[in-house]
Amino acid sequence: MAKELWKGNEAIAEAALRAGVEAYFGYPITPQTELLEYMAREMPKYPGRVFLQAESELAAVNMVYGAACGGVRTMSSSSSPGISLMSEGLSYIAGTELPAVLVDIMRGGPGLGNIQPSQSDYFQMTKSLGHGDYHALVLAPSTVQEAVDLTYESFELAEKYRTVVVILADGAIGQMMEPVELPPWRETLTEAQRPDWALRGAKGRPHRTLTSLNLTPEGLEQTNLRLQARLATVQRNEVRWEEEMTEDAELLLVAFGTMGRICKTALRAARRKGQKVGLLRPISLWPFPEQRLYELAGKTQHILVVEMNAGQMLLDVQAAVQGRAPIDFYGRMGGMIPLPDEINEQIDRLMAPPISQPELNQSGNGYHRHAAAAAVASRA
Amino acid sequence: MTSIELAGYDVVYRRPEALVNTTTHYCPGCTHGLIHRLIAEVIDELGIGDRSILVAPVGCAVFAYNYFNVDGCEAPHGRAPAMATGLKRSQPDKIVFTYQGDGDLAAIGTNEIIHAAGRGENLTVIFVNNATYGMTGGQMAPTTLSGQVTTSSPYGRDVELVGAPMRVSELISTIPGATYVVRRSVHNVANINKTKAAIKTAFQVQMQGLGLSLVEVLSTCPTNWHMTPANALQWIEDAMIPVFPLGDYRIADAVVPLTKRTRGGQ
Ligand SMILES: Cc1ncc(C[n+]2csc(CCOP(=O)(O)OP(=O)(O)O)c2C)c(N)n1
Ligand code: SF4
Ligand SMILES: [Mg+2]
Repeated sequence: MAKELWKGNEAIAEAALRAGVEAYFGYPITPQTELLEYMAREMPKYPGRVFLQAESELAAVNMVYGAACGGVRTMSSSSSPGISLMSEGLSYIAGTELPAVLVDIMRGGPGLGNIQPSQSDYFQMTKSLGHGDYHALVLAPSTVQEAVDLTYESFELAEKYRTVVVILADGAIGQMMEPVELPPWRETLTEAQRPDWALRGAKGRPHRTLTSLNLTPEGLEQTNLRLQARLATVQRNEVRWEEEMTEDAELLLVAFGTMGRICKTALRAARRKGQKVGLLRPISLWPFPEQRLYELAGKTQHILVVEMNAGQMLLDVQAAVQGRAPIDFYGRMGGMIPLPDEINEQIDRLMAPPISQPELNQSGNGYHRHAAAAAVASRA
Repeated sequence: MTSIELAGYDVVYRRPEALVNTTTHYCPGCTHGLIHRLIAEVIDELGIGDRSILVAPVGCAVFAYNYFNVDGCEAPHGRAPAMATGLKRSQPDKIVFTYQGDGDLAAIGTNEIIHAAGRGENLTVIFVNNATYGMTGGQMAPTTLSGQVTTSSPYGRDVELVGAPMRVSELISTIPGATYVVRRSVHNVANINKTKAAIKTAFQVQMQGLGLSLVEVLSTCPTNWHMTPANALQWIEDAMIPVFPLGDYRIADAVVPLTKRTRGGQ
């Protein structure tokens, strides 16, 4: 199939349609709104599929919860403040062990913040999506094509592991247009294909119950153990990342999503100057590619984490690296995006012999700190 | 379970098919169980048990799914109408009903019920008003009466400070998408029968796709009212009904024929 020019948000929506999404519920919020609008326009063209604009993200996530109870392929999309409102419902979905897909097109925070691209929901998505012990599978695309491919796959992953799958992108990916090859159309589920736990009416079988409630500690512990066992399988099977020029890298860049692709530009500029720079771009943020990072950390002199936030993935990098290499961080916040030049400046600083000693460096526009300082900050 | 030989006897009372044969967790004298039974009888009479889906609330009825022989799930506090919307929109051939308390529906969940009504969702809502938060130990609800002592209004509800009791049926009846909105009570036999008839109509409204139907039922909480079951029933009549008058708050034109048929059947 030929490539077509697609806007990120609309491409994600189209990929979900082609993956067989049957029910979409959402609420307008920039920079995600085109996804909802696309669904509003396209869903009614397919009999049996549902589009509904909810009265809030709170309602939207619970509509998803309801549809998911019926074994229906369902999703919502939002941006940062809307995701905060969804926390309770996402936790219920996880506690009931249901599949659902959620797209977060991140914007600057905290609070109402702004509508510029940001990566400041990393903690929220990978560590605290709601109350209780659970994780969603979090996938972070760096191009519109990758957003399409991951969205297309996300429904099957959600169903396979009975979990929430999050497509975590930012306003840049949501808003930009890029050439995309769209995946083939998949059929929606037939009645016979519905999962054996789905609420479809107790016709000719005992009635079914779906609940996250279990008042006995022994019972709820069992639920949690089952959940953890499944998450352990996800950790074994679904770790994804991309590497570029890591073989001989003396400095390893670690960045995800939009930042990952900007780092590629910086990487190429550095290589042209003869600097041995490599890149690890985590695609699954949970599960995090910690094993691969641990291996690479043993072969490199220095690690530079670059994010559009104050250093959130940084904590996972530190945990994975386990002190095998010094780690620096460079980031910008509030919708500012580190440009290749800024990253190359950091690379030059770190690669200039002798490598500068650990200290909080406050020069330049960005917010950057050495691992030692970052560790202190994270403990404070 | 011992089975009894029924041959030669007239059966005047039996457990509805839609009700599970199990013990109840409700307090003695609580009318939640009675309302469950009425719903189960209606489900049997309408023959919809194999295509009904219950959305239970957070509240004393959180375990409602344990009592009905129909598929069931359990919503976050107040969100039952949203969950039910997701179920019904994606499975329009099913009969989806919520069962919600007054804290659930009239406090934390006001947004969801108002907008489900606003969209005219084809849902049936059984709204159990017991003037308190039963499950959490008897705190003040939006429906708590003026002067009523609860654990969070220990000096009695002061309407100057927290406003007057919220009248849900009156409120919802102003929304065009809610086509059948009535208030009933279960404090005596005559009213129990009227409640059952209303529940039946409410389900029929959904079966005919006529919009959102809501039956508010005044119900007892002897435990948190600190009353005997008999006194609690009396308190509904003496204290609650004057504030929450029984009656039909909205019967849309399309629904009128249904109410006639149901009354005739009683
Ligand atoms: C988000 C959230 N807030 C608060 C609670 C605690 N809570 C559980 S039940 C309940 C009140 C239920 O009262 P009502 O809906 O009137 O039902 P009843 O028990 O009286 O039948 C509350 C506040 C909760 N479970 N979830
Ligand atoms: S606390 Fe009140 S509402 Fe709850 S079961 Fe007991 S009597 Fe019924
Ligand atoms: Mg109550």
